[in-house]
Amino acid sequence: MAQTIAEKILSRRAGKAVRAGDIVIVSVDGVMATDATAPMAIQAFREMGGRRPWDPTRTFLVIDHAAPAPNETVANLHRLMREFARETGCRLYDVGEGICHQLMVENGHVRPGDLFLGADSHSPTYGAVNAFGVGVGSTDLAAAMLTGKTWLRVPRTVRIVLHGGLRPGVTAKDVILRLVKELGADGANYRAIEFTGEAVHAMSLAGRMTLANMTAEMGAKTALVDPTGLRLDEPFEPVYPDPGAEYEATLTLDVSALRPQVARPHAPDNVVPVDEVQGTPVHYAFIGSCTNTRLEDLAAAAAVLRGRRLAAGVRLVIAPASKRVFEEALAQGYVATLLAAGATFIPAGCGPCVGSHLGVPGDGEVVISSANRNFRGRMGNPRAEIYLASPAVVAASALTGVITDPAEVG
Amino acid sequence: MTHQPIHGPAHVYGDNIDTDRIIPGKYTKTLDTAALAAHVLEDLDPEFSRRVRPGHILVAGRNFGCGSSREQAPVALKAAGVAAVIARSFARIFYRNAINIGLPVVEVEDHRIQPGDEVSIDLAAGLVINHTRGETYRAAAMPRQMMDILAAGGLVNYLSRHGDYV
Ligand code: SF4
Repeated sequence: MAQTIAEKILSRRAGKAVRAGDIVIVSVDGVMATDATAPMAIQAFREMGGRRPWDPTRTFLVIDHAAPAPNETVANLHRLMREFARETGCRLYDVGEGICHQLMVENGHVRPGDLFLGADSHSPTYGAVNAFGVGVGSTDLAAAMLTGKTWLRVPRTVRIVLHGGLRPGVTAKDVILRLVKELGADGANYRAIEFTGEAVHAMSLAGRMTLANMTAEMGAKTALVDPTGLRLDEPFEPVYPDPGAEYEATLTLDVSALRPQVARPHAPDNVVPVDEVQGTPVHYAFIGSCTNTRLEDLAAAAAVLRGRRLAAGVRLVIAPASKRVFEEALAQGYVATLLAAGATFIPAGCGPCVGSHLGVPGDGEVVISSANRNFRGRMGNPRAEIYLASPAVVAASALTGVITDPAEVG
Repeated sequence: MTHQPIHGPAHVYGDNIDTDRIIPGKYTKTLDTAALAAHVLEDLDPEFSRRVRPGHILVAGRNFGCGSSREQAPVALKAAGVAAVIARSFARIFYRNAINIGLPVVEVEDHRIQPGDEVSIDLAAGLVINHTRGETYRAAAMPRQMMDILAAGGLVNYLSRHGDYV
């Protein structure tokens, strides 16, 4: 039976050949929860009678969503996580180490061929390393911590073939924004997405993570990126689809003519080419999130802002994806460049992405952000407007004070 | 455990209601379910948390609960008294989370439920009855695994009883 990547990975974990539509109980290779989901997961785990996770070395807790703690309630939830980690021996990433998905990939906790459960909707990001990453809620995660297993329906797969090469200044973010528009907010609900094609083969690990990350904005269960061209520190066994595997649909996009894309308020699928919103005044620029604050993202922003100053009345807030990214950006001089241009750095983590702290926009303010969601109220204020774009577009807009195509300020 | 009969008036909303509108991220960092209920649907309908009573039914359009994996979304609805959610379709994680915490969710592609209609749900038969309009709608089938979890009152009860998936 010819299989998709999703069917292959799930067959291995189910211990039998499975195909799309089957409901299976599968063993998991790792689980992760954050300060937004772990406290509830720990509570459910204890209510289930759990004492120690099935495998503490494969159980990861990350304090990233509201870190450092903005108030005593959150501080106590962080405490609960630390105590649980100490008691059970599972691995904890504390305040300032970075965003959960970045840490799982950067530290090799999720590997090609793995089935990895994250109590966070952007877990499909792990498809960048050829793993089946799936987002679940706290109770599902607790159940996996207890049993080392979960149940799921084997998803049908939509194949997306990206032909051609990206023009300079156009990035994986622009590709995925364009695709989210094409498929819509529920266009991939319950589906796996497989990405392939020469534009994918040419992508860096960071670009692949951006691509896989925003499949969450089409409702995808998981995303699997063709491992051709993938470079990791450790040798690995790639998982390819079989020739003749069955796809629900195949979508082809030639990216050679693609221009930078922007999602308008208040939906990530409300996407237009940058020209259509060019000139919209912005007050607040944010470079951050698990979508776009890796080293190449900071390099792109630094390239736009080198030797220049932010427009008057615009603030630029940057939350690096991880402490390691921050250190590398320091070593490369990007941090100095961005600081000199007027940017403000906040600790590695989710920062203002989810509206919990550190940079809530004011009423009527317009935000241009490199994150993945612009739902009303997402950044903590329902009266703010959020536009989503690549780090280069965010930096160019911070420079001019209006939404700007980076090619214009080259 | 057998299901309680579900019967109540409907609150009706539209398509693509994301988890940030069900419960904004800024309120989710708590284990206090009453605090969640106080802000449920706040950015969509500031009146909702005052109007909802135990047993009321929430009705929505397509892709209800899209966005974040926060389980606080179904928990907030349940804590506010919502007895069940009917939608034309659900986002995957929300649907699962709702079942896991014992909040019945029913997918009905085609219906004419209006605000205030008296609605009852027969989970076992997979039927939704609109008493106000004298109509019956068929719900999409739920996987057996989910039926079992819902019948147990949620995944915590299911696993404390069985110790593992069965
Ligand atoms: S950066 Fe934003 S989208 Fe990513 S995990 Fe954190 S809160 Fe979620």
